Amino acid sequence: MKSFEYTITDPVGIHARPAGLLVKEIKGYSGSTVTISKGEKSVNALKLMALMQMGIKQGDTVKVDVEGGDEEAVASAIEAFFKANL
Amino acid sequence: MITIQGKGVSTGVAAGPLYFYQRAKGTLRRYEVEDREAEFARFKAAQAKAMEQLGVLAEKAREEAGDEAAMLFETHQMMCEDMDYEEAIEGFIRESGINAEAAVTDAGAAQAEAFAAMEDDYFKARAADVKDISTRIVGILMGVVQGGIDSEVPVILAADDLAPSETVQLDKSKILGFVTSGGSGSSHTAILARTMGIPAIIGVGDQLKPEYEGREVIVDGGTGSVVVDADDDTRERLMKKRTELLHRQQLLNQLRGQPNVSRDGQEVRIYCNIGNPEDVHAVLENDGGGIGLFRSEFLYLNCDDYPTEDYQFEAYKKVLSDMGGKEVVIRTLDIGADKMIGYFNLPHEENPALGNRALRICLNRPEIFRTQLRALYRASAYGRLSIMFPMVTSVWEVKEAKKLCEQVKAELAEEGIPFSEEVDVGIMIETPAAAVVSDRLAKVVDFFSIGTNDLTQYTLACDRQNNDLGRFFNAHHPAVLRLIKMVAENAHKEGIWCGICGELGADLDLTETFLSIGIDELSVSPRSVLPLRQKVRDTEVAAVREKLVDDLMSDRNTI
Repeated sequence: MKSFEYTITDPVGIHARPAGLLVKEIKGYSGSTVTISKGEKSVNALKLMALMQMGIKQGDTVKVDVEGGDEEAVASAIEAFFKANL
Repeated sequence: MITIQGKGVSTGVAAGPLYFYQRAKGTLRRYEVEDREAEFARFKAAQAKAMEQLGVLAEKAREEAGDEAAMLFETHQMMCEDMDYEEAIEGFIRESGINAEAAVTDAGAAQAEAFAAMEDDYFKARAADVKDISTRIVGILMGVVQGGIDSEVPVILAADDLAPSETVQLDKSKILGFVTSGGSGSSHTAILARTMGIPAIIGVGDQLKPEYEGREVIVDGGTGSVVVDADDDTRERLMKKRTELLHRQQLLNQLRGQPNVSRDGQEVRIYCNIGNPEDVHAVLENDGGGIGLFRSEFLYLNCDDYPTEDYQFEAYKKVLSDMGGKEVVIRTLDIGADKMIGYFNLPHEENPALGNRALRICLNRPEIFRTQLRALYRASAYGRLSIMFPMVTSVWEVKEAKKLCEQVKAELAEEGIPFSEEVDVGIMIETPAAAVVSDRLAKVVDFFSIGTNDLTQYTLACDRQNNDLGRFFNAHHPAVLRLIKMVAENAHKEGIWCGICGELGADLDLTETFLSIGIDELSVSPRSVLPLRQKVRDTEVAAVREKLVDDLMSDRNTI
């Protein structure tokens, strides 16, 4: 498993637009499972509504876990996505 | 005449007959199905159809309002295929054997409830998205055709609240404005109305009565009022406002992105005066080239105690990053005189305009000043910051203030906190003393900005707040204009720029004069940017320069 932490800088947090883009991004890596956690709560990042319902706000730190064959590459791609969009 | 008050969420004035949005109605039936697999297949087909419709809507929105608007429907597509949502529906059909319409409605309601229970207003409003998707799928299952407006003439559209897909499907040529009984400022109806430039008023509640259908209404998205059967005076007033707004809109469209260049090629920067971080929106909307005066007092006025460094830093940073690299001139604390703050515990003064105010307070109480300067320099890493000191009379004051700046920079460097080395430091010229010694001041600063309100009051010895002095308070007084000319010349001799950030900057009767004496920057309220740009573009400076400057400097004129 490959993990990283990221602190959200987007003023609205993980809102519909970046959440949608994220799901789209992750769908491109079918070999890996991506989990996003904040505190005790965690969610499969493919579940758009559940992800939005986490209510992740600006300043929250989330942990992203990637599991699967190409986890190294997928994790760095997703980290780049977070930096660019969130 | 009946006046209804709601909340205006998209500006503009429009008049027309009121029309209630016709939503296809059908009673949702709930029953047990025999063939659960076939029922689930029926849902899957409806879901696919919904995906297809949303794809069409996304393209339509892209054409009409750009990628951002299209993204909404693309997000709807993803929600439509959301794993939890679909699993819930599948569970209801396959395990409980209920019909697809009821299953979709229940699963949608559960998701909508989860959003509605969230704290944040933005996420709360997403409940409407989920309901919209469910309504769409149920509509397809029930064979409902998505409808438009059945009217020959354009209307003011009334509804409880419009779902995003409904807003986009509407025939725009038939809509003059929106009135909804529910809704929120961050609902898609409001967002799309703004994008499309149609007035919208929300939250009028049960004041909106079905019997108003077909009657003439005037909506004002600026004030949030809806007038049914307006009397002649009201109608005339609102129609005049409508014409002005349309004219303004036209001007905005024509002048947006155009340079502020006179006919003979002289350029002037037109910046904006703001007093709140939220005003940045208006600056960008009106195409301001930067911010020439950001009054930092709001930070102090909004607090019950001295605002902390972090609090100030966040506010400055927001403005700097929102302005995306355009210059932002932030004026350091300017209180005293007409702006008093309780916790500063300033003693009562007989003559506060000539008292302990602005930079004087900052130099007398450096601990307050230091906090502000630290916040400013920290924020400088996020955009193009310039710092400006108000109420200067002597060179030593500027030197002392700049020394504090250097100390703050050294501290930050030592603490490893990033800041920009490119911050310009300038001063307001608003006392006759500063104007008269501006040749010396120009050697120690990077720019001047003339504050004409105070400069006029001090030069003419005329209290600007005393209404009885109206005819004596003449901002066009040659004494004031000669000082402005002198200040500009002294600035240019030292190779620094000179702007004007008082009310006079937006005075179109003086634009030619200011261009003639070579003012480099005019900072005005956001609404004044485009009219001023128009004036600059209509001026031929060479043709008027000699006469205007001669008139100003000669002894012939006896006014």
